[in-house]
Amino acid sequence: MQEFSDALLLAFELIFSGDKDLIEIIGLSLRVSLTAMVVACALGLPLGAILAISRFRGRRPVLVILNALMGLPPVVVGLLVYLHLSRAGPMGSFGLLYTPTAMIIAQVILILPIIAALSRQILEDLNAEYAEQFLSLSVPRRAVISALLWDGRYALMTVALAGFGRAIAEVGAVIIVGGNIDHLTRVMTSAIALETSKGDLPLALALGFVLLLIAFAVNAAVMSLRLTTGRYANV
Amino acid sequence: MSKKSSSLPPLSALQTTSLSLEYDGVRYIDDIDLSLEPNRLSVIMGPNGAGKSLFLRLLHGLIIPSAGQVFWNGVPVDDAVRQRQAMVFQRPVLLRRSVAANIDFVLNLNGNRHRCNDILDNIGLLDFANQPARSLSVGEQQRLALARALATEPEVLFLDEPTASLDPASILAIEEIVTQAHKNGTRIIFVTHDIGQAKRLAEEVIFLHQGHLAEHTPAQAFFNAPKSKAAEAYLDGRILL
Ligand SMILES: Nc1ncnc2c1ncn2[C@@H]1O[C@H](COP(=O)(O)OP(=O)(O)O)[C@@H](O)[C@H]1O
Ligand SMILES: [Mg+2]
Repeated sequence: MQEFSDALLLAFELIFSGDKDLIEIIGLSLRVSLTAMVVACALGLPLGAILAISRFRGRRPVLVILNALMGLPPVVVGLLVYLHLSRAGPMGSFGLLYTPTAMIIAQVILILPIIAALSRQILEDLNAEYAEQFLSLSVPRRAVISALLWDGRYALMTVALAGFGRAIAEVGAVIIVGGNIDHLTRVMTSAIALETSKGDLPLALALGFVLLLIAFAVNAAVMSLRLTTGRYANV
Repeated sequence: MSKKSSSLPPLSALQTTSLSLEYDGVRYIDDIDLSLEPNRLSVIMGPNGAGKSLFLRLLHGLIIPSAGQVFWNGVPVDDAVRQRQAMVFQRPVLLRRSVAANIDFVLNLNGNRHRCNDILDNIGLLDFANQPARSLSVGEQQRLALARALATEPEVLFLDEPTASLDPASILAIEEIVTQAHKNGTRIIFVTHDIGQAKRLAEEVIFLHQGHLAEHTPAQAFFNAPKSKAAEAYLDGRILL
């Protein structure tokens, strides 16, 4: 127990002294996961919108698969990306393995289904409300999509945050494709997982604490967005 | 550039031939043959469930008939025809945006040069321009929906019981805007089950009953002496099923 309270004390010291290694790790985590979120939204939101307004044969199965992909295990994603990026793999020549880019790619794959599936649900409801009016106005398809994305923006921000929350908290994928290399690919979760076993408890605890704070902040943001959505929609 | 194209014949005359609509084997619109002259203010009446809303949707090409056809000046209703028409629904469907943005949305769609502020000023909503559209009262929302429909410069305007749940002042405002649009040459097809409203607006009445066309009569004759038993009972205030 003594060991633990010492470590806790050291952890807070690290946080409040603004330890350089700590800041670097947090910074990289945010950079990787925010980039993954932006890329996944750029691809996933339009995909969700298209699925929301399209009726085609085989739509059901596509939606079932998409929903199932929301639960992709991060280690499996990590493994698949590893196989593609490793020297022997099809994209090995780019030399991306063990770089932040590899971590971003893995996280994009991990959260893209979440963004697409959740936004599809939201936009389908919105479209049900608008569809007949839009048909009456002969709104072209592209304008329908952008109108749905714009009018659903507050709800869609909660989707983006859900994706970000999943990305920043996952460890399986970033460890495999990043490798937790000091000053290069060490992010919060991989550091916690690996430094704990090496005995660097203060760093692990400090990172764990920051990660918790981020999780709380994301949830608070989602809740306040929900309130905003409600207010704007139903006054 | 307005979406109205002067090279096309006007759309104001309507003809339906054996128009029918079935869902799951039940006929909700049954073999309606109707011809409407151009430029009348036509009111469609009938009890609840008579098929008024479905009929209006068929005329506007929002739904496809099971049998029969809809012609506007001889042109079968299609995307191009629908584009020159507009519809106001019983419950206004406003975008989750500001009042002004709701008007701008259709102005951008049509590349038309109306000024949003003039339109809002006309309907007395300029002061609310930057407010969320859904924060307006229902009456104001319906006025906005009507102004938005007119901003597309439709040749034909459909209204489906637009005042069914509104207060008298809002009803009056809507009726005045519709009357003005009619004077400006927009062909109006107005659905209502409010007899008073029909008397105020109608130049001719189309009476639907259980999916059938019960009668199509000039307004004065209709209110004096309807030809069909169904309309007679309805005007007498008897419950009509
Ligand atoms: N999409 C639909 N599927 C099945 N039945 C419908 C559908 N829409 C309307 N109906 C039925 O058609 C009948 C006429 O409806 P409607 O045109 O809305 O009547 P109203 O004259 O009151 O506007 C009603 O009995 C209604 O239940
Ligand atoms: Mg109706």
